[in-house]
Amino acid sequence: MAKVLMNGNSAIGEAAIRAGCQCYFGYPITPQNELTEYMATHLSRKKGCTFIQAESEISAINMVYGASLAGVRAMTSSSSPGISLKQEGISYLAACELPAVIVNMTRGGPGLGSISAAQSDYFQATRGGGHGDYRTIVLAPSSVQELADLTYKAFDLSDKYRVPLVILGDGMLGQMIEPVEFSYEAPKEPIIRNNALRGAKGRTSRIVKTFTSNPATVEEINWSLFRRYQLIKQEEVVWDTFMVEDAQLIVVAFGIAARIAKGAIKSARIEGMKVGMLRPITLWPFPAEKVREVANRTNYFLVFEMNMGQMIEDVQLALEGAGEVSFYGRTGGVIPTPNEVLRVISRLYYQKGLK
Amino acid sequence: MKKIYTRPKSLKRTPFHYCPGCGHSITHKIMTELIDEMNLQDKTIGIPPPGCSVFAYNYFDIDMAESAHGRGAAVATGLKRAYPEAIVFTYQGDGDLAAIGTAETIHASNRGENITAIFINNAVYGMTGGQMAPTTLLSQKTTTTPYGRDDKIEGYPIKMSEILALVKGSAYIERVAVNSPANIIKAKKAIRKAFQVQIDCLGFSMVEILSPCPTNWKMSPVESWKWIDEVMVKEFPLGVIKDITGKKDAG
Amino acid sequence: MKGYIEIDQVLCKGCEICTFFCPKGMINSSDKLNPSGYRVAVFNDNSECTGCAICAVVCPEVAIEVYRG
Repeated sequence: MAKVLMNGNSAIGEAAIRAGCQCYFGYPITPQNELTEYMATHLSRKKGCTFIQAESEISAINMVYGASLAGVRAMTSSSSPGISLKQEGISYLAACELPAVIVNMTRGGPGLGSISAAQSDYFQATRGGGHGDYRTIVLAPSSVQELADLTYKAFDLSDKYRVPLVILGDGMLGQMIEPVEFSYEAPKEPIIRNNALRGAKGRTSRIVKTFTSNPATVEEINWSLFRRYQLIKQEEVVWDTFMVEDAQLIVVAFGIAARIAKGAIKSARIEGMKVGMLRPITLWPFPAEKVREVANRTNYFLVFEMNMGQMIEDVQLALEGAGEVSFYGRTGGVIPTPNEVLRVISRLYYQKGLK
Repeated sequence: MKKIYTRPKSLKRTPFHYCPGCGHSITHKIMTELIDEMNLQDKTIGIPPPGCSVFAYNYFDIDMAESAHGRGAAVATGLKRAYPEAIVFTYQGDGDLAAIGTAETIHASNRGENITAIFINNAVYGMTGGQMAPTTLLSQKTTTTPYGRDDKIEGYPIKMSEILALVKGSAYIERVAVNSPANIIKAKKAIRKAFQVQIDCLGFSMVEILSPCPTNWKMSPVESWKWIDEVMVKEFPLGVIKDITGKKDAG
Repeated sequence: MKGYIEIDQVLCKGCEICTFFCPKGMINSSDKLNPSGYRVAVFNDNSECTGCAICAVVCPEVAIEVYRG
């Protein structure tokens, strides 16, 4: 298929339909409305598919839970304040081992914040977000093309491990228009998972539950989840690197911040500074081993995020004191320019006496 | 002699954990009788709530999935839309349906979702130990209205059936009670009709069931069954509140 | 004798609802404890049972089976 120009939000919608998403439930919130609208236009008319504009984000995630019970691919999307409301449902999805794709086109916070791009939901996304011991896989795309590609991957991974999965984008990625190519063709037949609740016909009845009165049983459920999380950590870590081979200073950035950092690094290279970048694509599981590997070559790291410093904790944990980690961030929806980041890189580069 | 009354097939052999005289038990029984009689065991999916009846899945021998508190109508919506061949019911208490889940319930009803809500109204929070419910009667004492519910402070008992009857997408709403042989038979008839409305794809159906909670009402089972007739029905009158089918009895 | 009932002694919780509603007053509470510690109801068969099944309809525990001839 030829490339088409599309905004990021719509690209997720198109990719989701091609990934076999049958149900979308959402509630309007800026800056992700184009996704909800895309599904209203394109998914609702597809045979056997459902689009509902729910009465709240809480309802939307619980509708996803219901559709996931029936064994079909389902998704919801929102932006930061709405994602906070969805946390209850995500916790239940995790506990019941139900796949679901949740898109967060993050905006400035806390509170109502701003409608501009931010990355301040990193902790919420990578630490589970709701109550209880659980994790969600978190994918962080940094272009419209990657939004589409990671959307297919999102449904596959979520189904494979039976865990809810968060696509952590931001308001800028959602709004920006770029060429995108869709490599998937929508499946001819609906995808229906095993172990779905579709009536006890020819088998014994099934129960999907989270509550038991015996704490030891709940502990065992947690162990079973964490054994799976361990497997995900071993198998599914994804990252990207940019000019790290000879780099004296490594910028660690994800999502749209990595796009901005890339511009800054290119300029820095022109000025003769040996700067590279490590870009985690899975934020959970975090590419800790890759960070340690890069630390064999240089001691100097600059974590750049559009928040007050959240991923930096994962970088520090990964390094276990092995490197020197600096931080630069803008937050609240302020979008830094590559030049601004270049100034930070230059200052750090010469302060540390790098050549 | 012929056995004329026995345990329904779709009711598991597990003894109920409910207190003696509890309305949940009666409701489970008549629902499973109906599931047998209407031949729905292999296509019905139940959504029980948090609360005493969270363990409903231990008794109904059908597919069941627990919902978060108040979200039954949303979960049922997602499930039914994804798999319209199923008969989907939510089983919800008064706190679940009339307090924390009011929005989900009203909007599922307004969309005319083809689901059935079984709404247990016992005017009290059962499992948490007898706190005020949105349906607690005025001057009724609970652990959080120790001096009796005062409309100046706690407002009035909310009437969900009447509210939902105003919503255009609802098809059938009836309030019944499970406190006497006649009322139990009427309750069963109402649930049968609600299921039939769903089978006929006519829209949202709900049966509100005035249900005894002897433990939290601090009464004997017999007293609690009488209290429904003597006190509760005055605030929550029994009968069909909305019926768009035009037929009196279920088919 | 037109009918009779059997009360499952394990399921019965001694709530006395059947006792209250039996039109012939044939079901009584007893001092007999079941494994859960409830005082179970007993059927006093004096041949007046019609097998009307009211006791079974009201029994929350589904502990009563009814026979009619």
